Amino acid sequence: MTVSGREARAGWLFLLPWVIGFLAFTAGPMLFSLWLSLTHYDMLKPPAFVGLENYREALADERVGTAMWNTVFFTALHVPSQIVLALGLASLLRRAGRGSGFFRTILYLPVMTPPVALAAMFLLLLNGQHGAVNGFLGWFGFQGPNWTTDPAWIKPGLVVMGLWTVGSTAVLYLAALTRVPVERYEAARLDGASPWRQFWHVTLPGISGTVYFTVVVNTIASLQVFTEAYAMFFGARAKQSAEGDAALFYVIHLFQEAFGSLRMGYASALAWGLFAVIAVITAVQVRLSRRYVHYEGDRS
Amino acid sequence: MKRVGVWAALLVVTVAFGYPFWWLVSASLKDRAHVFDNTLLPRPFSPGNYVEVWQAVPLLTWIGNSVAVGLAAAAAATAASALVAFGFAMFRFRGRDLLFGVVLATMMLPAAVTMVPVYLEWHALGLATTQIPLWAQNLFGSAFYIFLLRQFFLGLPREVFDAAKVDGASAWRLFTSMALPLAKPGLVVVFVFELKAAWTDLVKPLIYLRDPQLYTLPRGLKAVLDRFGEGGEEQWELVLAASAIATVPMVLLFLVAQRHFVRGTVTQHVE
Repeated sequence: MTVSGREARAGWLFLLPWVIGFLAFTAGPMLFSLWLSLTHYDMLKPPAFVGLENYREALADERVGTAMWNTVFFTALHVPSQIVLALGLASLLRRAGRGSGFFRTILYLPVMTPPVALAAMFLLLLNGQHGAVNGFLGWFGFQGPNWTTDPAWIKPGLVVMGLWTVGSTAVLYLAALTRVPVERYEAARLDGASPWRQFWHVTLPGISGTVYFTVVVNTIASLQVFTEAYAMFFGARAKQSAEGDAALFYVIHLFQEAFGSLRMGYASALAWGLFAVIAVITAVQVRLSRRYVHYEGDRS
Repeated sequence: MKRVGVWAALLVVTVAFGYPFWWLVSASLKDRAHVFDNTLLPRPFSPGNYVEVWQAVPLLTWIGNSVAVGLAAAAAATAASALVAFGFAMFRFRGRDLLFGVVLATMMLPAAVTMVPVYLEWHALGLATTQIPLWAQNLFGSAFYIFLLRQFFLGLPREVFDAAKVDGASAWRLFTSMALPLAKPGLVVVFVFELKAAWTDLVKPLIYLRDPQLYTLPRGLKAVLDRFGEGGEEQWELVLAASAIATVPMVLLFLVAQRHFVRGTVTQHVE
């Protein structure tokens, strides 16, 4: 056998686990799911082909509309607030000098908290009457809302809770900031640029690749929000109430249809609906990025 | 003056991000009448909550399950991803770059799409209510870790490997006796990341585990929240004690492996 033939064989042997896993747990399931989405399947009787009926039902289903609206609304608040706060914190930590390691620890620790523990904690911290968040707002004379029971405030409450785990994004930005060449700031200062203008014309272009990456990844994750909301508002004692509806996110609805009602075909159609929405939103972000993202200087 | 402003802002950040932890520990040590009072120190001091919740639910079993599942998930992900990453980094062959593109693309694939069909696969295998689906998929490597370890392997000095190849070392030997020891920092990153991911995950345990004896800690904690929290018996001090028990191991893991977590987080975006 030739040298390159042997190299190819060895390479493929190393890749084998992934190839098998890809076929068994990604590509195969996707095809399976595509077919399932055209059937009614309750795990008792064999799948019955129904054509596009599941998709038609999903489009007409009021709960799907509610769930999609909740999810998009949450994402529209959650992603920008994460990005802005992370940018602010990273800029601040950059100025902390030798102390930045300590503050990085403080910022990152919440990321380690299991989301269910987070849910339990914030059900109380966000409590309208006794919660520390409203207690804090009270110092400034604000009467905080009932974050965990008022349907209008449940999603903003989840956004506030999400701010506590902004650390991983902030750490990513901190690393990106250290890669922006110092000379550019010096040049900007020589031109008499104010700190704000420096941020706008040096910092932001310098890390725009990283910001773009986090926007895309956070959006994809946010459109699949599940754990915290499920832990707080669903489960064994699911509330059949306005609160439950206000926190009914798309994947929660999908999960309930699949594993609660055993409507596997319908849930598969829901999954492909989400896939389509995520694909469209990501494609729009990719298009926009061509206009706004500068890659030079952001590579490492 | 400017320095003062920076340090004042950092102090606010420290309090804001540290307070919920302090509050959790403090409230978990308060009695039922005071659990909502938000005082910094628990008075009266009621460490009995921990004993009570320990006796009310099988916490030790759940911790054991979480440790077992977490170690299996982390070990499997590390070993398999290293193998695959080495294949991508060290060998040249047709279709390699295309295949690596597919690996990267799977990172963007919403997990929700494969949730139902993968469950049905495990069901068909008769394993849908065991702990196996919680970690066994890692035996085939995981896209992000493959990406991360490939970076590590690419960073190793190529000449060393070429020299060993000339000396007739097999690919397997190159992998086990040279690449793995040299890439140890990367392997640690993958191991701690996956350990954390498995320890904190609620989705898979919710889908697969039915028997409370098999619950991992997050699934058990959800049961505690359902039983003692809102709409339940309203014994929040027990919920918080259990939450603290679930959180402390992760805080300790972070304190000992901090730089690995930071490194893994930062590597997410290096192209």
